[in-house]
Amino acid sequence: MIGRNQIADRHIGSLLEDYPFLSSFFKENGLDYQGRDDSTLNQIFEEYDEEEQEERAMDPELLMKQTAEFINQMLAFLNEDNEVHSLTILPGTDKSGEKEGFDSLVIRKSEVISIVGPTGSGKSRLLGDIEWVAQADTPTARNILINGDVPDSTWRFSTSKKLVAQLSQNMNFVMDLNVREFIELHAESRLVENPGEVIERIIIEANKLAGESFSEETPITSLSGGQSRALMIADTAILSRSPIILIDEIENAGIDRKRALDLLLSEEKIVLMATHDPILALMAHRRIVIKNGGITKVIETTEEERTILSTLEELDRTVLAYRTRLRAGEILIKG
Amino acid sequence: MNLITVSGPPSSGKTSVILKTIEALTRRDLKVGVVKFDCLYTDDDVLYEKAGIPVKKGLSGAMCPDHYFISNVEEVTQWGKKEGFDLLISESAGLCNRCSPYIKEIKAVCVIDNLSGVNTPKKIGPMLKSADIVVITKGDIVSQAEREVFASRVNLVNPSAVIMNINGLTGQGSFELSTLLHDEKNAVDTIVGKELRFTMPSALCSYCLGETRIGESYQMGNVRKINLENRQ
Ligand SMILES: Nc1nc2c(ncn2[C@@H]2O[C@H](COP(=O)(O)OP(=O)(O)OP(=O)(O)O)[C@@H](O)[C@H]2O)c(=O)[nH]1
Ligand SMILES: Nc1ncnc2c1ncn2[C@@H]1O[C@H](COP(=O)(O)OP(=O)(O)O)[C@@H](O)[C@H]1O
Ligand SMILES: [Mg+2]
Ligand SMILES: [Mg+2]
Repeated sequence: MIGRNQIADRHIGSLLEDYPFLSSFFKENGLDYQGRDDSTLNQIFEEYDEEEQEERAMDPELLMKQTAEFINQMLAFLNEDNEVHSLTILPGTDKSGEKEGFDSLVIRKSEVISIVGPTGSGKSRLLGDIEWVAQADTPTARNILINGDVPDSTWRFSTSKKLVAQLSQNMNFVMDLNVREFIELHAESRLVENPGEVIERIIIEANKLAGESFSEETPITSLSGGQSRALMIADTAILSRSPIILIDEIENAGIDRKRALDLLLSEEKIVLMATHDPILALMAHRRIVIKNGGITKVIETTEEERTILSTLEELDRTVLAYRTRLRAGEILIKG
Repeated sequence: MNLITVSGPPSSGKTSVILKTIEALTRRDLKVGVVKFDCLYTDDDVLYEKAGIPVKKGLSGAMCPDHYFISNVEEVTQWGKKEGFDLLISESAGLCNRCSPYIKEIKAVCVIDNLSGVNTPKKIGPMLKSADIVVITKGDIVSQAEREVFASRVNLVNPSAVIMNINGLTGQGSFELSTLLHDEKNAVDTIVGKELRFTMPSALCSYCLGETRIGESYQMGNVRKINLENRQ
């Protein structure tokens, strides 16, 4: 652990050399650090007299402490082995206080699990338990283990080491950027080393998922619903470091669902999705059935269900084809 | 009684988050009250009352709501104690980005929303930088990428804080927040003698005192002039 005293008297130049990520920290905190390689952090702080500190709403002691904290966080983020091989759910109680109907549920890397059950039955709560890495301290009293062990609490509180990424329900982009700038911004926040390559891959994959293609110059706010979702999924799969992806009743029109899941799995994610969509429910390897707040069953998708899935997908393609043709102004004929 | 100060830009979702969090606290049989501080107008007290939560409101009128807050916080603390609360939450809208009502040793929560833009965290001063917990709302209407970028920007200006995403509409995440608020160890009987985490801006000029006319000769007291020269 690096403490405040180990950085206070170091030169800016050598600090930046050891911790290049500090430049965005200094910039974001409004510090005049450029061209000041030979000054120490302390010297720079001392130049702000009391009036100027007031003026800039700056607290040098707090900032020094936070600089050290930031360095420690980033080092942990860059070096730590954050690999998640498995996620274990240990039973809690349903809304009536009865014990849940399973002993232990182990989910492994590259597995898709769907969660089904009526509205209000507790699907989102289960996703919430996983995100919070519940330790019998949520209304369900479930325990979540990572790699078979009680996880350490950094999974709960760290911004850079997030256990789960969640695909939003009603997704809009609000930033005024084009597709490339947008992914660049995300890549930067993830400290990605080869942003150019990553950006290109994301755009290619997103275009495979979306019906209509878009380019890196397209403003994100003018993407269609399907294109936005495709970009969001490709970006999450490739750029997000979180090993678990949660999908809570996502609107999925206009994207190739099979491909989307395949992409997430090829990145070795664990995918959990609460859904009312029969195609998504059956695409999962297993599905969790929730009633009255508790997991009542865990069902492995059967061979027969897989053939039913094929039929559903066929129907889905037919609907999609008609949709495309109607949009193109055609008159439909049977067959 | 624990005192918690919640602050954040207008309409960032403070009331929504507090309401959902109190639901979770109440389920643990904790008695919670709220004081709302605002400037000219607020309906929040009605929302709290509707939810059956004891509430007081204070309108600062022509004064800065944070200055007003700090001059009244002991009084409301005593009100909360008299009512027998386990937890008193103060909600105040940070209007100027420079003030912050946080008190040393009193848990401070800042609520900001994802829609405010990635450059907002660096514009907000002590209200964000010295908070113990930063709650980010409205994640349901932006992408995962935007949430990650926004949270990482918040982390850049306040690496010490616990950063949580909460959906103010559904309450997702509010249970988790509720577990971080109540702590017997931080109970207070009075806050007389405690200190602000950060000084509030020192402004006392003729306009503070009701001057309305424009021009150099009407400007008295603490006056500062804009620098229109090109710098560097
Ligand atoms: N979509 C979405 N809307 C939200 C969320 N949180 C709050 N809102 C909405 O945002 C608006 C403002 O929320 P409030 O909770 O009143 O915000 P506030 O910070 O208390 O506002 P003031 O006290 O007036 O400063 C309301 O319409 C809420 O319903 C959220 O997570 N997602
Ligand atoms: N096992 C449980 N014990 C107590 N409350 C529960 C349990 N499971 C879910 N709940 C509560 O029930 C409500 C509805 O659950 P939610 O997860 O939102 O349902 P869904 O997503 O299936 O519509 C939530 O307030 C949730 O906290
Ligand atoms: Mg739900
Ligand atoms: Mg409010």
